[in-house]
Amino acid sequence: MDAERLTAPDRDARAAAARTAAARAARESYGRLVALLAASTGDLALAEDALADAFERALRSWPETGVPANPDGWLLTVARNRERDGWKSAARRRAAPLPSDDEPGSPAAGSSSGAARPEASALAHDPLADVDPDRIPDRRLELLFTCAHPAIDASVRTPLMLQAVLGFEAADVARAFAVPPTTMAQRLVRAKRRIRDARIPFAVPDRHSMPERLPPVLEAIYGCAALDWRGGAADLAGEAQYLAVVLAGLLEHEPEPWALAALTTLTLARRGPDTAGFVPLDEQDPSTWDAASIDEGDAYLRRSARERGRLATPGRFELEAAIQSVHCARRRTGATDWAALRTLYDALLATSPSLGAEVARAVVVGRLEGPAAGLAALPADASGFQPWWAARADLLAGLGRRREAADAFRRAAGLAADEAVREYLVARAVRVDVAGDAAREDERDDASDDIGEETQPG
Amino acid sequence: MRYTLLMHYPEVADELDPAIIEEAQRAFASYTETLEAAGVLVSAEVLQPSTNTTTLRLEDGALQVQDGPFADTKDQLGGTLVLDVADLDAAIEWARQAPPLAWGAIEVRPGAVYTVAGAWTPNG
Repeated sequence: MDAERLTAPDRDARAAAARTAAARAARESYGRLVALLAASTGDLALAEDALADAFERALRSWPETGVPANPDGWLLTVARNRERDGWKSAARRRAAPLPSDDEPGSPAAGSSSGAARPEASALAHDPLADVDPDRIPDRRLELLFTCAHPAIDASVRTPLMLQAVLGFEAADVARAFAVPPTTMAQRLVRAKRRIRDARIPFAVPDRHSMPERLPPVLEAIYGCAALDWRGGAADLAGEAQYLAVVLAGLLEHEPEPWALAALTTLTLARRGPDTAGFVPLDEQDPSTWDAASIDEGDAYLRRSARERGRLATPGRFELEAAIQSVHCARRRTGATDWAALRTLYDALLATSPSLGAEVARAVVVGRLEGPAAGLAALPADASGFQPWWAARADLLAGLGRRREAADAFRRAAGLAADEAVREYLVARAVRVDVAGDAAREDERDDASDDIGEETQPG
Repeated sequence: MRYTLLMHYPEVADELDPAIIEEAQRAFASYTETLEAAGVLVSAEVLQPSTNTTTLRLEDGALQVQDGPFADTKDQLGGTLVLDVADLDAAIEWARQAPPLAWGAIEVRPGAVYTVAGAWTPNG
């Protein structure tokens, strides 16, 4: 890096280079370093503190000394020293829950040799002694499984991943979840204490427990992707996509992580500039979608199908990704394959029924067989569910039942958490009302023209 | 690391067919044999029904001795197993194989300290 060759004491440039290197290390390596430090001691909070100290020291000393050739190795070495101090004092403070230096590896009397934890004895010396700072092993997979361990409260799994694997501040995580910062900080601290004290291992589950251990990890990553649709503070869809791709790549042969990578990638591909407000899927201009991301997502989807094998049934995320893929194909073909969507929703409802999928299927039926059939396909009553009202409103408008449609749009708007979605729904309520008035003046108005008449104001 | 498995289940022993009880005892014996062979069993104890238990409390400094359990619930603490294993996953793996899981719930609780020859020793 240039900063190393500077001969003049150009402090500003050096400081900038140091900040850049630290920022780069933070983004690319934070999770890797935390995972490695935490896995070696079982103490996530200690690992994060140690690494935060190391980043702080880097930002202080690199402007003076220049950026080291291997920033990650430097950070790891410093953090490791901090961590060692930390667990020594923690051991003293908490009546030595870990073996102390004077009793190397002291296996508890009465415990059998087979039960001794290998890491426990290694702790007496440096738990990371064997790690070559030039070849930092990737233990983020272990960290992901720890964060989404069934013994961790489900509501704190996603926040824990965001903080531990991606290095988000507790305050940012709190904002994303619309929770007061102190509450979120408390939940995170409690979860980390639980990991340490109950000794939740940093380990990838074996094959036989994978079927029960993998879904909560996928769920937590998916939760991170869904956050951003609820509007808001932090845009985490990109982070979810990153986590999903990391998970899929590290597990290699599990189909559903590849499917989740596909789903999150394809969802991201369809996101245009945020300035436009909310635009529903069928009104989006596919030329604004990112073709490279669509190709990437479709490749993950094919990989998922390949790993699953022809005999197994597609999992929930594969079906959801396939649905996204059908929508994205409109960029290439110019049309939406509604029949394919119906097949996919039928399969999704069979494997993993949800109100959201039922409503979405009814919308598809409406496209294929007309609004009356769509209305009949809607679940009977889901009056607390915003998409149900929105779908119902749109189908009613399609039938020319404008007053009911306007009411339903307003009900949907009242339930919308996202400001842009709310504005869109209110605008539709107004338009369908106006169209209704026009229709009352002009009796010949035909129901099928209704949607076509609605034009974007401005 | 020591974990105590607290086995909670409804007390229906009176109504049970002796053959069923015998079958359960066989299953439990084979389970503890497996634990012993794996070198993870510290101790195991099955308790008498809570009808035979006595609970002590101090009320305003005065001793109250009462018949019956601490909490009068449908499920009662029926027994404990103390295991010494590497981590929570190992403890959960053993707990899922415990026969009483078929009748109730098993709580897996990490130990804090325990005594060795009368001296307190930290767990872990």
